[in-house]
Amino acid sequence: MREVAVVAFAQTEHTAHDTGLSEPELIAPVIRAVKEKSGLSTFGFTCSGSCDYLAGAPFSFVSALDALGAWPPISESHVEMDGAWALYEAWVRLQHGDVDTALVYGFGKSSLGDLRTIMTLQLDPYYLEPLGLDQLSFAALQAGALGAPRAALDAVARRSREDGRANPYAFDLPLEGGRSVVEPLKEWDIAPITDGAAAVVLAAGDLAREITANPAYIRGIAHRIEPHYLGMRDLTRSASAADAARAAGVGKAPVDLAELHACFSHEELILREALELPEDTVINPSGGALAANPVMATGLIRIGEAAQRILDGAARRTVGHAASGPCLQHNLVTVLEA
Amino acid sequence: MPSDPVSKELTADHVLEFPGGYTRTTGPVIGRFLTELRDGRLMGVRTTEGRTLVPPLEYDPATGEPVTDEWVEVGPAGTVTATAWVHEPRESHPLDRPFAWALIRLDGADTALVHAVDAGSPKALPQGARVRPVWRAERSGHITDISHFVPEVTKIVSPVSTRYRLTASPSLTRFLEGVRDGIFIGCRCATCEKVYVPYRLSCPECGNPISEEVALPDTGTVTTFAINNLPDPRAPEVPFVSAYILLDGADIPLIALVGGVPAHEVRQGMRVRAEWVPPEERTLSMTNIRWFTPTGEPDVEL
Repeated sequence: MREVAVVAFAQTEHTAHDTGLSEPELIAPVIRAVKEKSGLSTFGFTCSGSCDYLAGAPFSFVSALDALGAWPPISESHVEMDGAWALYEAWVRLQHGDVDTALVYGFGKSSLGDLRTIMTLQLDPYYLEPLGLDQLSFAALQAGALGAPRAALDAVARRSREDGRANPYAFDLPLEGGRSVVEPLKEWDIAPITDGAAAVVLAAGDLAREITANPAYIRGIAHRIEPHYLGMRDLTRSASAADAARAAGVGKAPVDLAELHACFSHEELILREALELPEDTVINPSGGALAANPVMATGLIRIGEAAQRILDGAARRTVGHAASGPCLQHNLVTVLEA
Repeated sequence: MPSDPVSKELTADHVLEFPGGYTRTTGPVIGRFLTELRDGRLMGVRTTEGRTLVPPLEYDPATGEPVTDEWVEVGPAGTVTATAWVHEPRESHPLDRPFAWALIRLDGADTALVHAVDAGSPKALPQGARVRPVWRAERSGHITDISHFVPEVTKIVSPVSTRYRLTASPSLTRFLEGVRDGIFIGCRCATCEKVYVPYRLSCPECGNPISEEVALPDTGTVTTFAINNLPDPRAPEVPFVSAYILLDGADIPLIALVGGVPAHEVRQGMRVRAEWVPPEERTLSMTNIRWFTPTGEPDVEL
């Protein structure tokens, strides 16, 4: 297996509303930032993650390429998913051995439409989407199945918001639960509507250490998926997150911190158990998705945040996690080491 | 680079839709389920491992093997395995009043169906509740041919109303005459030497007849109390406090309302005095005492 490391990470100062920036304008600053941090101006491979339904426009990722400088022609790909899966594709591409660098980014503006309605469109079109089952409702069904005590959910929500307030890229959200929107979920159990973007540079082999003193080496990366239909799964646990964590080798050594892509408080409880994270592992020091959730970049930000602690020399071994699909259907786990 | 929204004139609404709807073919498995649904039947499909999938899929989600041609009728009743309560229904939702989303394992199925349940309140739908479908009158072969589910009948409400005429006993009459005159009439048992109030004709301890009347003052001490949060026609407001009050000189307490003080300030040992309605308004009734109100004296050690 070829050594591949995260050598640079950047994210936008996320906003809760549309600032009027076009998608290339939203992405350009983070691309510039990772170019400066890595000292690279061109990349062997470029891969992005986004969702056209967020903007309501087809192939919006194509025009976003204007932010990169795609002339002379570049080697490029796109996933209609969170940027974390773009990072996975880039990691696979670097395993081929013929290119040494990759630029990965993810972006989304969830303030343009109604995210609850938009996420209904990702559901099975025969049995679920026609019911109008919305995002908060299916998440609340999972929280209901889990039956976690209110105090456990509140602890996750409060800690996430407190940590988010200390994170310059995340939101200053009130430290109170708010009303019950779809029971058992309260307002602070739900990730905020967010616009934003993030970018990561991957480098392989010796190049990684030439670029930065503390590359965050990807020592394990794996993703697993479960059946889509909610009634065919045990919603109280995440078998796919557990399998991905085992395949990525999370449990092989202590984990200093884990960034978990939990868009709802109860998801953190399920993921923590699935990844078998020990008590002393710090969870979501950035505040996680509950403090800022730029859809399609949130998972990539989890990997970026987990890598940044190693780039900064503050941690030796971290975990970045990304999720996709209703009720944690699809999970990607990345183990990063100094 | 601008970071604030540009002028309102440059903001536009944009709708993405397929006018008339988006046509999808169903394939043989989902098509069979929807066809049966149009006929008012709920069908599941068997996997090679013998599990019954409802709603049916073309492949066993556990193994990826194609399902068999074996179909079985399931339901129509089922068991709720998880719920979420929607306080504010959205336009796209099946019901326009608060309702539950539920995972429902239909009788005979091994997987759960997701649908809406009209249960009135979240408390009416515990895990394990039994529900049945409400079918639409006009069905077209669509998951919404089931309008929603409703809980099974597990209880009925029977109105009961019977009328009685009650007459006060001689001892109660005597006591109420005292209350009309602003006096609490009690009695002393010659054998036990205990003073009881209200007035009674026999001792509850030894059973001996009692004939000695005792006039008790309208002051006493709260021995215990309850804060009531449900309205009561006899109480002035909610919350109200009902308390046991040991009248001075009595051996057993009397139950009465406590007022003129915030509910959370009432305590054991508090000294209280009856607040009487004006003499011209009094009748042969306990309503002559509006409530007991604190005297302001120091608390008593009980």
